[in-house]
Amino acid sequence: MKNLVRSLLVATASLLAVSAAGADQPLNVVASFSIIGDFAKQVGGDRIALTTIVGPDGDAHAYEAKPQDAAALSKADVILANGAHFEGFLPRLLESSGAKAPVTELTKGVDLLKSPEDHEGEHDHDEAKHDHDDDGHDEAHEGHDHGPLDPHAFQSAANAKIYVANIADAFCAADAAGCETYKANAERYAGELTALDADLKQQAAAVPEARRTVISSHDAFRYFEAAYGIRFLAAEGITTEAEPSAAGIAKLIDQAREGKASAIFVENITDPRLAEQIGRETGLAMGGTLYSDALTAPDGAAPTYIEMMRQNMRTITRAIGGS
Amino acid sequence: MIYDLFVAPFADYGFMQRALAGVVLLSLSSCPIGVFLMLRRMSLAGDAMAHAILPGVAVGFLLYGLEILPMTIGGLVAGALVAAGAGAVSRFTAQREDASMAAFYLISLAFGVLIVSLRGSPIDLMQVLFGSVLSLDNGALTLLAVNLAATTVLLAVFWRALVAECLDPTFLRSVSRMGPLAHFVFLALVVVNLVGGFQALGTLLSVGLMILPGAAARFWTGRLLPMIAIAVALGIVSGVAGLLVSYHAALPSGPAIVLSAGILYAASLFAAPRGVLMSRARPHRHRTA
Repeated sequence: MKNLVRSLLVATASLLAVSAAGADQPLNVVASFSIIGDFAKQVGGDRIALTTIVGPDGDAHAYEAKPQDAAALSKADVILANGAHFEGFLPRLLESSGAKAPVTELTKGVDLLKSPEDHEGEHDHDEAKHDHDDDGHDEAHEGHDHGPLDPHAFQSAANAKIYVANIADAFCAADAAGCETYKANAERYAGELTALDADLKQQAAAVPEARRTVISSHDAFRYFEAAYGIRFLAAEGITTEAEPSAAGIAKLIDQAREGKASAIFVENITDPRLAEQIGRETGLAMGGTLYSDALTAPDGAAPTYIEMMRQNMRTITRAIGGS
Repeated sequence: MIYDLFVAPFADYGFMQRALAGVVLLSLSSCPIGVFLMLRRMSLAGDAMAHAILPGVAVGFLLYGLEILPMTIGGLVAGALVAAGAGAVSRFTAQREDASMAAFYLISLAFGVLIVSLRGSPIDLMQVLFGSVLSLDNGALTLLAVNLAATTVLLAVFWRALVAECLDPTFLRSVSRMGPLAHFVFLALVVVNLVGGFQALGTLLSVGLMILPGAAARFWTGRLLPMIAIAVALGIVSGVAGLLVSYHAALPSGPAIVLSAGILYAASLFAAPRGVLMSRARPHRHRTA
């Protein structure tokens, strides 16, 4: 019985997909937040009708869904999400919207780092490392910042290429007629990402190694750190979700005093007063704004993913490279 | 050892010194207000007012960003509207203040939530509204100092009227025209202190530092001036204790401060002369019903 229902659902879904493509209607794509929206636009071009749930400058950690989001999800042919518990709002929204399309988790195939909040032991299951197929997010991690794995994988251009390949696969599965276009677009964009990756590495390498440590107000840059060799210090427990503790800030200040960090940065989604306080206390220069989990509006400094990565590296090297 | 536990956190870190100054300033101004609120049986109205200032603060933030002045003025305007509206309804109609206050604050709160959700803003607005005692800058400390000065002056000027208003409003109305004025001045003081407090603790937790020490002080004495002095002392102790707990145990500072005040309240409830144990111990003091 259950199988019958399932195969009926699959049949309906593929019928929908076929009709969407066959009638030359654009593919309805829902992206969970602005960065993924940009990737989808690059791959889909004008063959897709894109809806991005958490728009520019929005914080996907603390997003409150609107009815339009549920409406968009229920009509979607493809749903793109980062996965690894990045979009805390998504599981409930999917359930309530009755979305028929499966969720494509773009971190699939990415070598995810362990989350810094993960305390040794309890979450130590390796099968979670590469296998993100299970869409039934377990409720056990709710209230926890993320799952045991750090989801901010898009902060490295090499990982972004995996995201893009996953998006092309998802589009091909839903709209076979456009597959060639998608593949071609993805290939062209992957080329740009490769160039970006090389540029960023070169810029980071130009900074003397002793000056490559900076402070940021939330750990979103661990993949950036791993890829480009800029060390980020962030106090444990300072996230966009939880209120900071005095101990956390004191630890960060100690790190700054001892670790010879060269600059301090605020992000576009966290309270800048806290970073300013730390800057005052340690005498570090305020390095400017880094863009972590969201793009800016088109007139801002980081309207696309590539712009965002270049802007972040520019901000960092300008702050620590001089003198 | 004692130095490490109690002094070093404040000696080593500027942000702890600022937080300390913030909670002391806030206790000095808002704990006396809390005593008056409790005596007037309006402790819950303090909570209601804290919600009521939300839309004003939100508008100030959305228009001008994270600037103290617009957020403060916005909070004052929203709070004044709700206080004046609720006060006027209870003065001029048969509806009592609890009902009118509830009506006005709920309307205001709904507006606040609406405004907050209207725009996905760069900085998570809730974080702004919850404030943080750990990121007090010079502007916020100045605001708290101005707030303290204004509160002290207004309390001194309207002292007799406020006391009479608390103890016997009908008497005050019969001998003086000060009644309504004192009432509105008092509501204004509540609003001003909540708006001052939201910078340090956020709109919701600043009510805790206002109400809990006053309520605890009631168990220690029946006389007004000592009660206010005790409330202020309890407020400062909870602030310092909360900051130290937040420092040593890595807990968020706002809840740690208010929970410290809660623990002092519970301790007073049991140990103080007018608390449950001591008043039980003296049979002549027990009351019927």
